[in-house]
Amino acid sequence: MSRPHHRVGPLAAAPGSAPVLDVDALLDDPQTGIIVCCGSGGVGKTTTSAALALRAAERGRKVVVLTIDPARRLAQSMGIAALDNTPRPVEGVQGEGSLDAMMLDMKRTFDEVVEGQASPEKAQQILENPFYVALSSSFAGTQEYMAMEKLGQLRRDAQRDGTYDLIVVDTPPSRSALDFLDAPDRLSSFLDGRFVKLLLAPARGPARLMTAGLGIVTSALSKVLGGAFLRDLQTFIAAIDTVFGGFRVRAQQTYALLQAPGTAFLVVAAPEPDALREAAYFVERLGEEQMPLAGLVVNRASRAPLGDLSADEAMAASARLKRESGVSETAPVTAGLLRLHADRARIVEREAALRERFAAAHPSIATAVVPALAGDVHDLDGLRVVGALLAGD
Amino acid sequence: MSLLSRVVDVSDWPRVRLHVVTGKGGTGKSTVAAALALALASHGKNVLLCEVEGRQGIARMFDVDPLPFEERRIAAGLTGEDGASPGAVHALHIDPEAALLEYLALYYRLGRAGRALDKFGVVEFATTIAPGVRDVLLTGKIYEAVQRNARNKGAIEYDAVVLDAPPTGRITQFLNVSEVAGGLAKVGPIKNQSDTMMTLFRSPRTAIHFVTVLEEMPVQETADGIEEVRAAGLPVGGVVVNLTRPRDLRVKDLGVARRGELDRDGVAADLARVGVDGGDTMVDGLLHEAQEHAVRRALEDSQRKLVKELDVPSYELSRLPQGVDLGGLYELAASLRQQGLA
Repeated sequence: MSRPHHRVGPLAAAPGSAPVLDVDALLDDPQTGIIVCCGSGGVGKTTTSAALALRAAERGRKVVVLTIDPARRLAQSMGIAALDNTPRPVEGVQGEGSLDAMMLDMKRTFDEVVEGQASPEKAQQILENPFYVALSSSFAGTQEYMAMEKLGQLRRDAQRDGTYDLIVVDTPPSRSALDFLDAPDRLSSFLDGRFVKLLLAPARGPARLMTAGLGIVTSALSKVLGGAFLRDLQTFIAAIDTVFGGFRVRAQQTYALLQAPGTAFLVVAAPEPDALREAAYFVERLGEEQMPLAGLVVNRASRAPLGDLSADEAMAASARLKRESGVSETAPVTAGLLRLHADRARIVEREAALRERFAAAHPSIATAVVPALAGDVHDLDGLRVVGALLAGD
Repeated sequence: MSLLSRVVDVSDWPRVRLHVVTGKGGTGKSTVAAALALALASHGKNVLLCEVEGRQGIARMFDVDPLPFEERRIAAGLTGEDGASPGAVHALHIDPEAALLEYLALYYRLGRAGRALDKFGVVEFATTIAPGVRDVLLTGKIYEAVQRNARNKGAIEYDAVVLDAPPTGRITQFLNVSEVAGGLAKVGPIKNQSDTMMTLFRSPRTAIHFVTVLEEMPVQETADGIEEVRAAGLPVGGVVVNLTRPRDLRVKDLGVARRGELDRDGVAADLARVGVDGGDTMVDGLLHEAQEHAVRRALEDSQRKLVKELDVPSYELSRLPQGVDLGGLYELAASLRQQGLA
């Protein structure tokens, strides 16, 4: 929220609409060290991240893009089809800059954290525990947490070795965009939870009173889940307890990194009610957490049709042509063109209304509107086109 | 009515009691689940529509207050083509914490201990942190709604349950409860119950429908999802292709439009004939729109071909230019029913 300067382009003064996001200024600013693209699923976050990263690289920056789940062909064209959790150079980038890309391997990242924090025997014990296996591969939020962990690692390595000066992060396709901010906290609250503390508490001294209550709890749990469940859980918690201190410190570091001025959040949305609602939540949440928001990207916007024929006029003309079919050979085609025009005019009108409502509620959010492409994006040329559209070229 | 016209009550899925609707984010799976529930709730049938992701999407779509963990009647079903009176759609927002407490009360009469669990943070622990437990609780409640038993006195017996399920990438894991629970609880009642649940989920009384749009990644994800679901022994239902573009241009004109070779003078003359006067800009604009449309259609057709190759029944819903409101849901429901998904 408290960025030193506003990244707002010359069209910002247009009354009654959102200021225009100046993407190139954001990418060119040497202060911009991290760009985080967030938003609900299916709005084109991955493509946006990749396009921004490529554009930044071709404008001279040393960039790494961390993607979560790219389309197969896009991943192949960027040379990251193999999921090995390390950045690989992308071939075919023009100019002085460079672009590396990597795909996040959630489980491997988690394993590496454990191995880095615990002694070999303890690490082994943790990695084999069924609770760890489930937690590291299926806990809702693990992916978000690991994306943040990997971001922290990349940032530390980049600062040490001078490898990158810009990290672009794609966030996981969460149920809700907010999961991504909540996940580190949820892992911490796991540690501080009363239940975990109870399981760790020795059954003597002042804790005895509590353990009397715990007796009821554990016997109820054993009844429901079977005794092995509880034993595995207790082993897991005892084993991982030492590791968790490290987790918490790192989660806090990453959180602070996100709040730092070198970070820019871009909220990505599509011109649909659900996606924009999520975007609104996210914008508000970033404000509350004092995370630096650079702007909103609205993908897949329908292009306004040329000419000022309204949808109703087009439908009426189409109907008239249909009645008079046979007057010319092209009449069916023209009638079809008019119906297509009406369809598009209606969609454009609805999308504009949705964007205006968003802008009315969040008037200061700089926005880039990216028109929908006719085809899918699966190579660098396609990403260049998206990048140019993002920058308003 | 000709012999060939669709008989009113023929569904492709007559035996299915549990319709699971999944799909990649942004494909409209919640819309399709809601439309399917409306379509199934014709002819006096009672249908339960469940959501499990805490989004309150059902309440928004049906324009009702946020749903509690309680079955609520939210809408009349679709009126049949024969004018038969509709049934009702009920909705349930499944919240894992409430499901756990209900489960403990129903099966274990855990009065004091149940409260103790809550007090000691076990309920919160189990539902937010303990891996897989959350899914087991959610699917457990769905199982209970499909397979009502004597414990839940006075509960409605539904003719069908529709689940607005987690996205394609998570669906197998979500329904594969016995594996998750089995990995954690090797013996005991949870293990037995998750096995019983799996029997339902793997039976022909369940169908997992995939919602997609005609774009590369969602179609690919659908193909991967179907493979995964099959490999887990779960029954694949149909593919619902959502948000298809209008087909206002004839197939024979599409290629011409794509190459930008439509008869410009002819179109201009037609426009003049019906009093549309926009000059060259208008004609060029329309031809340009036609070209873009034709490119998109070609892409859609190539993806449609891939959907056909999946070799499962497919259904199409066209994009509503004004967006989906309650009326739009009924329109989509009628289309699904006519195509035989319901």
